[in-house]
Amino acid sequence: MAVVALKPGYADAVEIRDRRENFHGNQVVYLHWEEHLSFCAATAFPLPPDMPFGALTEQLIPQYYGMHPDFASLDWNQVEWKINGKPATPDMSKSLAENGVDHKTLIAFRTPGLNGYKGSCS
Amino acid sequence: MTPPRKKKLNLKKRYELMTRGLDWETSYQKMDDVFPYDTFEGIKITDWSKWEDPFRLTMDAYWKYQGEKERKLYAVLDSFAQNNGQLGISDARYVNAIKLFLTGVTPLEYQAHRHFAHLGRHIRGVGPRVAAQMQSLDELRHAQTQIHTISHYNKYFDGFSEFPHMHDRVWYLSVPKSFFDDACSAGPFEFFTAISFAFEYVLTNLLFVPFMSGAAYNGDLATVTFGFSAQSDEARHMTLGIEVIKFMLEQHPDNLPIVQKWVDKWFWRGHKMLGLVAMMMDYMLPKRIMSWKEAWEIYFTEAGGALFEDLSRYGLRVPKYADIATDEAEHISHQNWAIFYQYTQAAGFHTWLPSDEEMAWLSEKYPNTFDKYYRPRFEMWREMEAKGERFYNNALPQLCQTCQIPMGYTEPGDPTKIGFRSTEYAGERYHFCSDGCKDIFENEPEKFSQAWLPVHQIFQGNCGGADLGDVLKWYHMDNGIDNMDYTGSPDQKQWDAWQSARKRVAG
Repeated sequence: MAVVALKPGYADAVEIRDRRENFHGNQVVYLHWEEHLSFCAATAFPLPPDMPFGALTEQLIPQYYGMHPDFASLDWNQVEWKINGKPATPDMSKSLAENGVDHKTLIAFRTPGLNGYKGSCS
Repeated sequence: MTPPRKKKLNLKKRYELMTRGLDWETSYQKMDDVFPYDTFEGIKITDWSKWEDPFRLTMDAYWKYQGEKERKLYAVLDSFAQNNGQLGISDARYVNAIKLFLTGVTPLEYQAHRHFAHLGRHIRGVGPRVAAQMQSLDELRHAQTQIHTISHYNKYFDGFSEFPHMHDRVWYLSVPKSFFDDACSAGPFEFFTAISFAFEYVLTNLLFVPFMSGAAYNGDLATVTFGFSAQSDEARHMTLGIEVIKFMLEQHPDNLPIVQKWVDKWFWRGHKMLGLVAMMMDYMLPKRIMSWKEAWEIYFTEAGGALFEDLSRYGLRVPKYADIATDEAEHISHQNWAIFYQYTQAAGFHTWLPSDEEMAWLSEKYPNTFDKYYRPRFEMWREMEAKGERFYNNALPQLCQTCQIPMGYTEPGDPTKIGFRSTEYAGERYHFCSDGCKDIFENEPEKFSQAWLPVHQIFQGNCGGADLGDVLKWYHMDNGIDNMDYTGSPDQKQWDAWQSARKRVAG
């Protein structure tokens, strides 16, 4: 669709603010624990692309999601992953990039049997 | 013999003489060069003289009316200050709604002043140009009276003092700011459609009626006073909004699809922004007037329904996704309050969990959703608070590229799933909270790919630092004073001390 603008060449002068180059070597990654909406939205992190995927389950997720009462019963072997909406089986020892995680990727995880405070998806 | 009476002009004639024929067709310069803004959007105007002024108000009458209103307003404000009116409010928690209003809305009044001044120069037709000039003055007056009113609260409560600075920086204030920046960076006809029609005509009652009745119910006479003082202006602004729409649609059939697209866009943007008002009505007023859902039914479903039925003769239909917005009226206030509760450490006002009594009210007002989806959330947080483990979200939220609100809204029809939408543009991925916000982006990706998203800006190192403390400093928020829960805040301590002093005097 043609851009509606007063200034000729407007579209060519557009500066996209959130290009990967602007994040000092990191890329933005979003995490979301499905059926746990007491975390109001997916969370955002600037992460190095060569960080192992396993660092999410070992460090990041426990640090930021560990206070939820369901967290103590979480079994990582049961977790179902989705990367950008597609079911995925990430290799924990490989990097985010090798697991198909690029800039502004959404990683969602579901924990069957654990669906929020008293099953309320909260 | 009686002397012949001096002929007096009738109102219409007098009005015409004072507002028409004041300009001329330029000859040394092309009209298109003198008025470069009013054609590029594709709106075709064949006859500017067909413009009907909604209010036949001349500048001299305008000064007189506004001067009278101003005198009354400041008399009431003086008496409010002299009588320590701040002690008469229902509870100090109420003041947090005013903090949100001053930091979120008042700077928009000023932006509106600036942009209507721009339109008052750049519209080719003299009728709308005069209307825009008057509205520009109204908006400046609104900004001033709000600041004067609220400056009184600033003497007694935290969170007010840095409002212009905060408006340009704080994560949730980027929602109203970017809304208005979007309108001001559009052409004049889109601005009229966005602000005069979608906001001031279709949605205004959802902002002003609850806000002013809420103020009255909660003993805030200062706010009620500026509300009343603004009301007669608002009536004029609404009429301008409807006149612009009718004018565009009557001038040329090619205008309809353009106007429809704008109506769809600005209805959706307005609906998302008013979610802040929804939260204020359902959670922040110690004495409640009506639920957001009830307000939506009266002011949008019924009143808006009648309006769009009337406009259907021009071929205009109800805004796209109006049904989804109506469905969201069951959820939006709860979801928004949950966002602020868990990010209270970065909010410029105080938060709290609803009491048993308040939750009973919410159950009654939201029988389809509150007990099933939202009560458990608040009960879980209450249990955690009782154990000394108050729930804070210590990670930053994913934001919608269009509305800039944390992506906390659920799928239409399934409140247990967050709605995720995304698209690609120029090799980059973009995320949205809803189909409405995604459509807006896809219609103008060049514009919205430039969005200044507060979370990403923090990651890029543009907001004072990486720690919460650094960012709060950059926001000019006093950690432990302006933010966090109401319980334990300096506002609460002060209020409790005043109340016990009054009891001692009375007893």
